[in-house]
Amino acid sequence: MNVIGSALAVAAGCAGAAIPAAVVSPSWLRAKAAGTLTAAVGVCGIVSGAAALSGRTFTARLPDVLPLAGVYLGVDALSGLFIAIAGAVIAIVALYGIGYAQNGHDPGRASSAALPVFAAALLLVPAAASVSTFLFFWELMAVSSLLLILAEHKKRDSVREAGLWYAVMTQLGFVLILLALAWPAATAHGETFTAIRAAAPAMSPLMRGAVFVLALAGFGSKSGIVPLHAWLPRAHPEAPSPVSALMSAVMVNLGSYGVIRVGMDLLSGGSRWWWLTAMAAGAVSAVYGILQASVTGDLKQLLAYSTTENMGLVLLGIGTAGLFRTSHQSVLAGIALAAALLHVVTHSAFKALLFCSAGSVLRATGVRDLDALGGLRAAMPVTTAVFAIGALGAAALPGGAGFVSEWLLLQSLIHGLAMPGIVVSVVLPIAVAAVALSAGLAVAAFVKALGTGFLARPRSDGAARAAESPAAMTWTMAVLAAACTVLAVAPGLLGSALARAVGAVSPGGAAVSDAVGRRLAVLGSTLSPLVVVAGTVGGAMVVAAVLRLAAGPRRRAVPLWDCGAGPPSARMQYTATSFAEPLQRVFDDVLAPESDVDVTPAVESEYLVQTVSYHRAVPDRIEHRLYAPVIAAARWAGQAARALANGSVHRYLGYAFSSLVVLLVALAAIK
Amino acid sequence: MSGGAFGTEVTAAGVASSVLQVALTVAGAPLLVGLMRQIRARMEGRAGAGVGQPWRDLRKLMRKKPLAPDGTGPLFRTAPLVQVATALMVAAAIPFVSVRTGLGGAADLIAVVALLTLGTAALALAGLDTGTAFGGMGASREMTITALAEPTVLMATFALSTRVGSTNLPAIVDASLKDAGRVISPVSVLAAFALAAVVLAEAGRLPVDNPSTHLELTMVHEAMVLEYSGPDLALVELAASMRLAVLLGLWSALFLPWGTATSTGVPAVAGATVLFTLKVGVLGAVLAAGEVFMAKLRLFRVPELLAGSFLLAVLAVAASFFL
Repeated sequence: MNVIGSALAVAAGCAGAAIPAAVVSPSWLRAKAAGTLTAAVGVCGIVSGAAALSGRTFTARLPDVLPLAGVYLGVDALSGLFIAIAGAVIAIVALYGIGYAQNGHDPGRASSAALPVFAAALLLVPAAASVSTFLFFWELMAVSSLLLILAEHKKRDSVREAGLWYAVMTQLGFVLILLALAWPAATAHGETFTAIRAAAPAMSPLMRGAVFVLALAGFGSKSGIVPLHAWLPRAHPEAPSPVSALMSAVMVNLGSYGVIRVGMDLLSGGSRWWWLTAMAAGAVSAVYGILQASVTGDLKQLLAYSTTENMGLVLLGIGTAGLFRTSHQSVLAGIALAAALLHVVTHSAFKALLFCSAGSVLRATGVRDLDALGGLRAAMPVTTAVFAIGALGAAALPGGAGFVSEWLLLQSLIHGLAMPGIVVSVVLPIAVAAVALSAGLAVAAFVKALGTGFLARPRSDGAARAAESPAAMTWTMAVLAAACTVLAVAPGLLGSALARAVGAVSPGGAAVSDAVGRRLAVLGSTLSPLVVVAGTVGGAMVVAAVLRLAAGPRRRAVPLWDCGAGPPSARMQYTATSFAEPLQRVFDDVLAPESDVDVTPAVESEYLVQTVSYHRAVPDRIEHRLYAPVIAAARWAGQAARALANGSVHRYLGYAFSSLVVLLVALAAIK
Repeated sequence: MSGGAFGTEVTAAGVASSVLQVALTVAGAPLLVGLMRQIRARMEGRAGAGVGQPWRDLRKLMRKKPLAPDGTGPLFRTAPLVQVATALMVAAAIPFVSVRTGLGGAADLIAVVALLTLGTAALALAGLDTGTAFGGMGASREMTITALAEPTVLMATFALSTRVGSTNLPAIVDASLKDAGRVISPVSVLAAFALAAVVLAEAGRLPVDNPSTHLELTMVHEAMVLEYSGPDLALVELAASMRLAVLLGLWSALFLPWGTATSTGVPAVAGATVLFTLKVGVLGAVLAAGEVFMAKLRLFRVPELLAGSFLLAVLAVAASFFL
């Protein structure tokens, strides 16, 4: 057992030890004990992931761990990348969670026990190397995350609703993944990934296509890909913020991992239409997600929609890689896949940071509504600063982590010109348009989040009472912010790791890995984010120095001019809703906002108005159009089926008898 | 990879040409604005304040005491610095006079676009930071326009990059210098129209925004910067004029590249400097003359203009794949 296996074993051990520790320890110790052990799980993840990325691999068969099937583990560089990301985020967020739990924010026994299990499952899903092992860890991850989402169910009714949505969506997704993995396993007469990989070329194209579509839908629902994203904007805001950070920065990644593992590795490539489907889903998710983010008024919901956008971009990159691979452009495919993986890394960094700082705001103010926030920069300077760094990353602007990965994604699309075929000539421009549009809207969405949420003056009592979070939270956020900055200025550090991860699922293996690494180095030489950032910061400092020399250091405090209108009240500010109004009007046809004016006249005369109430909402249109009919149909079917069960035992015996007869007839017909 | 030839190698001559470009932009941008105002004034039958008036305004503003309006924070104070710094960075990176600039590592089309957007976003945040209705209004409108303009720029630049296989600006300019037919190809013409519309939007010119307006209903850029005064306002004004100069310069570098020096010899660079100044001056004059005959669009008609230019840019990308 090498370092990868040992680290994973220690991680599982820590998680196992954390459960009794969380259950028996008194409330003052509980969060500290569970948090420390969870952080240890994360550190083990970093160790084993880093070992896998440095070129080691690990396989193990543990026949006695799970009954019947046993546990198969296999870690290559691709798994290693996802394990390392998960480990890093878990380690920091677990420490953040210890600070978050102070002063009466204790998450309770069940949540404290579920957190380390969730963390361990996040590490073990990418390490699974057989269908049953994978499904076991996947379900462990789903159930433990559901428990964590429901932590605050006594405080708000909306938590229960969000939990229900998440439970249903995640279980439906599980069914799809089960079908996608069990079907090829049955055909291959073996449930290990090795057996499926070996048998895949002999499977019929129709079956392979169906398996891929099932996997895309199942894993896509975990990544929040449109139209299966409905749980994400509900569950992420309602979960406690450390959990939101883990879910949005780590768990959704595993959806992308699943698509890569099944599509590129187990089924080894496939046809062009698979990847075109993936690209289409990715492009729609990217644009729709960020459009919803730019009009929503809930801080955490905005971040959740932004997750849909970023996972869409990742899927777009994966689809592009698959498309290039079908034309045997393995190096180009490698660059596109490396771009997608780099975006996974940068998204995890800035989204963990953004959810942690949103959690800090929520904890200090009790408010998630951007319309009621504002004025936090003086009271919460660290939180504001780190949110700004995260927002810079999410808006894909220079100095932010997201910029380099979106840049690399565009680079890989540019080289698509080398590809033959009219389909490519039509699809790639649309893909570029989707990336470009989402980049533009992301700037608006995050200027809104930072500008209306943190700047200006407080618009509610909660925001006015805000005070900076405890040191345990601020320093962990500072670590995440530092990680974002390092990724933003020196993404080249990841070059060889990305090349290895790409090589693990490319047909050429090590040769492709080397070629991709060289090409990444060449591409890296044409853009140096460090020069861009250093030049801009240096320029600003020179200008500031000149200004100081010319005008002197002292500023005189004066009242706001405001066109001579006198001191404006907090209610006169632009809110998030008013900020987004022009955009909402521009995308009126896509968003279909609902507004409602309710006028109550006085009794004496209808011309004398007593009250006017105005209500406006931007409901998720896809949810309205797609889910409502499906739910209605399911309800109708359920109601109709009640007629079948009237309580008579004779009738039930009749059902059993007739099904037996039908089964026998069917068997006779087949034989 | 043809782009690799213009990598991050830093030469003394390259640094010198970058410094020259920055000096030229800083000194020339207010004069460009002055020239445009003067042309406009003459065409409208006024005498005009002279080409040097923007510089005189800046001098006057710089002599005033800096103020700190109540309730504004650090972002409000740093936003003008960020805007000037991004404009300086872009001026140093784009190959205006020579394709051998000293900032090869930053001379990337996507980075240039993103830097300009960063400046816009910083100023929009400053507008929100004041907490006044005007600041918020300007910020909201500016970000709506940027959210629609940035995709167009990215698309148009992408169309120009596919042929070269790189988004490296010196590589693109160098390729069009070597093959003049490239500039009048359908891809380039479509991209030129798309970018022209966006240059108007990003620089805040008619018909998207009126830089000389002080009417509440139509303000975009002016509404964001209402609370700035003295040296801060000087920076904001300087940054706005530099952005205009840089955007016109970018357009001319992409679509009128002739004359840009490919070597580092002094005569070539000197000639290119004169030619570049002339090109940007003529473009500014044409723009100013056009603006005399144009009214500002209603705010909610602006997205139609931008959507049109986005469509042109998509066509340009499609053309670059097909043709």
